[in-house]
Amino acid sequence: MKALGRHLKDINRNKAMLLMVLPASLWFICFSYLPMLGTIISFKEYRFSGSFLSSIINSKWVGFDNFKFLFRTDDAYIITRNTILYNAVFIFIGLVLAVAMAIVLSEIANKRLAKWYQTGMFMPYFLSWVIVGYFVYSFLSYDRGMINKIAVALGADPTQWYSEPKYWPLIIVLVFLWKSLGYNSVIYLAAIMGIDKSLYEAAMIDGANKWQQIRNITLPMLTPLMTILTLLAIGRIFYADFGLFYQVTRDSGTLYSVTNVIDTYVYRGLKTTGEIGMSTAAGLYQSFVGFVLVITSNSIVRRFNKDNALF
Amino acid sequence: MASLAKSRDFHRLSPVWNVTFNLIAGLFSLACVFPFLFVMILSFTDEKTLARNGYSLFPEKWSLAAYEYIFKAGDQLLRSYGVTIFVTVVGTALSLIFISLFAYAISRRSFKYRTYFAFFAFFTMLFNGGLVPTYIVTTKMLGLQNSIWALILPLTVNAFYIMIMRTFFSTMIPDAIIESGKIDGAGEFGIFFRLVVPLALPGLATIALFSTLGYWNDWFNALLYIEDPSIVPLQSMLMRIENSMQFILQNTNNPSLGMGVLQSMPQDTSRMAMVVLATGPIVLAYPFFQRYFIQGLTVGAVKE
Repeated sequence: MKALGRHLKDINRNKAMLLMVLPASLWFICFSYLPMLGTIISFKEYRFSGSFLSSIINSKWVGFDNFKFLFRTDDAYIITRNTILYNAVFIFIGLVLAVAMAIVLSEIANKRLAKWYQTGMFMPYFLSWVIVGYFVYSFLSYDRGMINKIAVALGADPTQWYSEPKYWPLIIVLVFLWKSLGYNSVIYLAAIMGIDKSLYEAAMIDGANKWQQIRNITLPMLTPLMTILTLLAIGRIFYADFGLFYQVTRDSGTLYSVTNVIDTYVYRGLKTTGEIGMSTAAGLYQSFVGFVLVITSNSIVRRFNKDNALF
Repeated sequence: MASLAKSRDFHRLSPVWNVTFNLIAGLFSLACVFPFLFVMILSFTDEKTLARNGYSLFPEKWSLAAYEYIFKAGDQLLRSYGVTIFVTVVGTALSLIFISLFAYAISRRSFKYRTYFAFFAFFTMLFNGGLVPTYIVTTKMLGLQNSIWALILPLTVNAFYIMIMRTFFSTMIPDAIIESGKIDGAGEFGIFFRLVVPLALPGLATIALFSTLGYWNDWFNALLYIEDPSIVPLQSMLMRIENSMQFILQNTNNPSLGMGVLQSMPQDTSRMAMVVLATGPIVLAYPFFQRYFIQGLTVGAVKE
């Protein structure tokens, strides 16, 4: 009784703060925690009946059947392979090019020009994938696109870009880099600008040339940021950018072998093929592996350097 | 900036490298802007020229027909513009309120349950229920199918922005300010709105810009939840006209326009004109706001 009284007193004392966290907490319950609870339907044969909760409760329990069906198909392998390989390439090439571009921008003598370059390469970050899809189409359209026009002018045959899977791994990587490189390099550039200039002056006095300065000052100073951003990205290696794989490819069915990723698979299961059980199972598989990856990569980094860890 | 330029002087790159670096950055920067310019040129191309020559940087014949048609027949464009503006304004306002209140509360050491609520938010960054359960909760439980709130609510709160704002509040707002408010007898909400918010404006501006961009560019929620053409936002409309030009005539109130207009409509160039009209505001505005985005991106990359 006394404990309860103390709790009530605590709640009363904190009531203004509790009121402040209330709206966002309700949001988290509706849009994060209830869906987490809803993952139960991946162990059920989902039938819609009445309300959300009663459909979950009344659907038949099937254990791991949905997962068994999912992993028996080729799809499970293809979507996992595509998601991980694309993301691994994005992370690696993205990191190298972003740091390189940031160094390039920081070394350009004319600061006003550098600012213009930076503004230009930041633009794709602000455009939606729908718009990017249009841009890509203006290059790859079979009868009107710029690439086929150039090919024909040079005497080659036009290509049906949207039905030739072999070109798409390259196209997707290029489009990804085009959209993300600018803003990633802007982040590293901000970090480079924050490096203490006296370090470079001391290196100059010791006779270090430009490349030695970059290798021995700039890169080591960027390492914590590179670690954190890469860690964040590895934690999300199981999540693909839906827009990139859906809009830019114009949802072309013949390309699925190289463009189907976990996110597009789950979406199609929900909206086109109606395989709710398998689709939810794939979603839970994604969340679960993603969760394990974040925790693991974080604890690895923690072991090396506590300050670089996320939590 | 002046001291920076000076310190750079004595360890400048050799001219050859300077030119190379300028070329690398300049060409990539051009490549980033080029597609937008290209689409803009296409939207001003004569439809027949375009049909004959394909997409070209230097059209034989220019034309304003695409824009004329859009403004004559495209009630849907105006409608979608309205939807997007409404969603963006209301959504950003709600985001700011929800996020800043929550972030402020968990940044205050006097709040007894701050660690519970911080974890409550943080955990959603690590684990989520996935698309299908979210879809079912949103449609079956909250009943948001074909409601404008389905475009607003799913994007309102984001644990990542809460963490950014919490860092901002706990580093930028001195405890003394809050104490002085208490001595003056202000309540917690009074302190927040009258003392803390004015000091937190730079942080709030960053969140507001991210949120505005997120709402303006959103098409995914419309793809999931919206079929009613009267509440289709801009980006989603662009997606739909990719499949059928008919879509932009669906909402037209002008009885003299019908299938005839659709046939005579400059289809390809109109699509491109819509892309230009939908991205125009962002392309014009972002150079002025980019430093806030950079601020947000860099704050977000550094943990508390």
